Amino acid sequence: MTEHEIVIIGGGPAGMAAAVAAYDRGVKDVVLLDREAAPGGILRQCIHNGFGLHKLGRELTGPEYADVYRRQVEERGIRVYSETMVTKLTPDRVVVAQNRSGVLRIQAKAVILAMGCRERSRGALNICGTRPAGVYSAGTAQKLMNCEGYLVGRRVVILGSGDIGLIMARRMSLEGAKVEAVCELMPYSGGLTRNIVQCLEDFGIPLYLNTTVAEIHGARRVEGVTVAQVDENRNIRPETGRYIPCDTLLLSVGLIPENELTRDAGIPMDPVTGGALVDEMRQTAVPGIFACGNVLQVHDLVDYVSDEAELAGQGAAAYVQGMRRESQPLQTAAGEGVRYVLPQRVHPDADGDVSLFLRVKAPYGRVRFTVRAGDEVLATAVRLRAAPGEMEKLTVKHDKLAQAAGEITVSLEELQ
Amino acid sequence: MKRNLTCIICPRGCSLEVTIENGSATVTGNACPKGAQYGADECTHPTRTVTSTVRVANRTDVMVSVKTATPIPKDKMAQAMRQIRALRVDAPIAIGDVLAEDVCGAKLVATCPIQ
Amino acid sequence: MVYDVGIIGAGVVGGMTARELTRYRLSVCLLERENDVACGASKANSGIVHGGFDPEPGSCKAQLNAPGVPLLFEAARQLHVPYRKNGSMVCAFSAQEEAVLDELFERGKQNGVPDLELLSGDEARALEPNLSPAVTRVLRAPSAGIVCPYALTIAAVGNAMDNGAALKTNFEVTAIEKADDCFTVTSSDGETVRCRYLVNCAGGYADRIAALAGDDFFRVIPRAGEYLLLDKAEGARVSHTIFQVPTSAGKGVLVSPTADGNLLVGPTATEVETPDAKQTTPDGLRAVMQLAPKSVPSVALRQVITSFTGVRASTAGGDFLLQASEKAPGLVHAAGIDSPGLSCCVSIARRLVELLQGAGLVCADNPDFNGERPDTHAFRKMDDDARDAWIQSHPDYGRIVCRCETVSEGEIRAAIRQNPPARDVDAVKRRTRSGMGRCQGGFCGPYVMQLISEETGIPLAEITKNGKDSRMVVGRL
Repeated sequence: MTEHEIVIIGGGPAGMAAAVAAYDRGVKDVVLLDREAAPGGILRQCIHNGFGLHKLGRELTGPEYADVYRRQVEERGIRVYSETMVTKLTPDRVVVAQNRSGVLRIQAKAVILAMGCRERSRGALNICGTRPAGVYSAGTAQKLMNCEGYLVGRRVVILGSGDIGLIMARRMSLEGAKVEAVCELMPYSGGLTRNIVQCLEDFGIPLYLNTTVAEIHGARRVEGVTVAQVDENRNIRPETGRYIPCDTLLLSVGLIPENELTRDAGIPMDPVTGGALVDEMRQTAVPGIFACGNVLQVHDLVDYVSDEAELAGQGAAAYVQGMRRESQPLQTAAGEGVRYVLPQRVHPDADGDVSLFLRVKAPYGRVRFTVRAGDEVLATAVRLRAAPGEMEKLTVKHDKLAQAAGEITVSLEELQ
Repeated sequence: MKRNLTCIICPRGCSLEVTIENGSATVTGNACPKGAQYGADECTHPTRTVTSTVRVANRTDVMVSVKTATPIPKDKMAQAMRQIRALRVDAPIAIGDVLAEDVCGAKLVATCPIQ
Repeated sequence: MVYDVGIIGAGVVGGMTARELTRYRLSVCLLERENDVACGASKANSGIVHGGFDPEPGSCKAQLNAPGVPLLFEAARQLHVPYRKNGSMVCAFSAQEEAVLDELFERGKQNGVPDLELLSGDEARALEPNLSPAVTRVLRAPSAGIVCPYALTIAAVGNAMDNGAALKTNFEVTAIEKADDCFTVTSSDGETVRCRYLVNCAGGYADRIAALAGDDFFRVIPRAGEYLLLDKAEGARVSHTIFQVPTSAGKGVLVSPTADGNLLVGPTATEVETPDAKQTTPDGLRAVMQLAPKSVPSVALRQVITSFTGVRASTAGGDFLLQASEKAPGLVHAAGIDSPGLSCCVSIARRLVELLQGAGLVCADNPDFNGERPDTHAFRKMDDDARDAWIQSHPDYGRIVCRCETVSEGEIRAAIRQNPPARDVDAVKRRTRSGMGRCQGGFCGPYVMQLISEETGIPLAEITKNGKDSRMVVGRL
């Protein structure tokens, strides 16, 4: 068994930013365990631009954004184990991993979970029909195209208007494929507005809302799909079925945090986010184990992933350095119109201001968010619009938080 | 002439109304100056950054990701893609290396390193 | 060359028959129309080893089921195929259904099923706490079990090949001729194989094969069954295989753990046009979802990771059709192998060998026969220290390719090299479980394609999901 002060599981944007932040807080013995051949995670296949506007003040592509952090990791001499898969994590922070040189057993003083997320698959959707080749999750198709250089299909239907699906609609169109339609089960798109504009409207690709793929056709390779509208309960209306010939169906129907290790370690989870329950430094309910990035909550912007990972890195460093919070944390809760709030608990004596991240339940126009603890209003914010596809960030000032008592609730009200 | 657009400068997605008279555009609905600029540009000479991949000739099954260093006219995207697809480059490649000097008026640069 | 025996169809019966025949000094050739073995009913079924109380006493099924169970478990042990003797329960919900259990109990005794017992609802719930409170009585068969059906088929064919049998895939039989005591079997590609004896194990196509041999005397009635497979998080919902008593309203569906640790619910039973009608339907999946909670109300159906349809190859009589052809001497049929065909696969194979002997095949013991097959899942069963030691000499096993099921590059490469070699993505999946987990191949798919390409020399653009036109990609950029 070897020992390290901080072990980070996952070498994507979250893992790298956490490693750098922990190092910069004074913990030099940090190791990163990464499954892939090179760090960067899913950013390596996200060759489109739009990354870094918030965090770095310039617009980068995914590989460029990853490279900024890869350099920072490298400059600090942080050890990265590539092609190394963590197979076990215990609550007392023993990490078991394997790679081509054998099985590693590491006792860590703190662990940061940064495993990211996976795409929801066809099976979970229960789409009827045959099981031919040509049904891909959008990210798998993206990897085959952008990293391996293969075209996955020539005539495409995309189910789900999540960002990866929209990005792939553009990518495949640019490479000469015909994207027949993007179907979205919900009455609104889950993707960012800029992607609707630049990925669909630019290429004349129709977006059908309240619509799903009812059946997949084709014995060996996809030959077509039946798309149909759904009623208000999301049940298929068979009479609206329409056959679209295609050779490929891409699925962009949601991301699921990859929390198998987390669950096996007995770390309490939030059923809404699919990630661990954490405090403002992203510490889980198991002391010394932190989580950040898409394994904690699915983000829309990598910039926020980096921010969150820095908190986790700083929190883990402080933990290793022996710092413990004295105060009882306050629970947070989602109020009217809000689906979830993260972190799920906040220490009133937290260092500095605390940002609360949340998603709303449905699309709204102008809204006011209010953060309350009991009758006390801790913060308010007005937004011109709010949508489930776009994560909101609200900041509670240090002095307000210090006086708060009881549960912290975030709710929204629509404004005229 | 009036056009309604959604601003794509940031995820906020402001709804813009652009009025074009005598070749000059007036923008309303924007929350920041970048939005006004975007609305005006989008209605007079829309541009896009094109990102794609180029095959690396001296490596097996390796692609290098690329982008136009500056946005190009939106109506030239297909032409740019034809140029990019025809390109073959040799590794090693560093981020920022110029792989083509003129793709529809922009330099084409590498966005990932290839050893 | 002229083979002693040709076998048409590399399903579980064809594979087991090949394995049984290699116990003797015989040359054996398996002919399979698909790109891999176990692509028909042997791939998509319940994976249940039935106790044997269900078949009509005296029927071929009754004769072969109960005695076949220990033979099957022994074969699974020798072949290192995942199985579990988890026992089965048939649940009654009313006095009328309890009477059916009494009948099945008596039938089971006649069929020689060991250790059958009738339990009260409460006694059954003590063993199986998630059973519905509405269950009033249970017939329990402790001898029943579960086995991975495609792993069993793959291992049987692999073991037969290790013992000298040949396998020809993508060999779709289009003509059978007999002259000079020798069959000439021709494929759609014009390839021919010659053999002295021929076994028809063609499953859904057994009637067409019989007709090609001029022995057109039965019809296969394809009956589709739809299933839902649930995440391993649901795998321990029940430990027994839970059946419902068939009623006038319908056959009921089973809820069972699988040998690999998932939970399976299904099947429906719908007559379909062709054995290739493997699509799932809204009605079928809805029926499974409605019926499964009847016996196990807490089953978490939102944990579905995939759904599939298998097509049973039934015949009108309802019994197995195992007989030597009257019109084509030397040809033996194994048709109508629907449930409990998997449970009987070894006993059927042995019956077929007897029928071949009856038709004149001379079987001399093969002293070199080795019924053991190396455990293809040995690595995943190792503890950390053993893994570490193994990786030191086999570094490919250190790199995990499929993270959901923790499958290493070494295991995937081995699956492509071992008998019967995997040639497509689904074939690798069936051998290694790579792509069978929660993400359903989302992450590992591209890596598996690369490994198949590297090992076989097939260009990546030509790699298929399951042979023929099922290409994964349409070309290079």
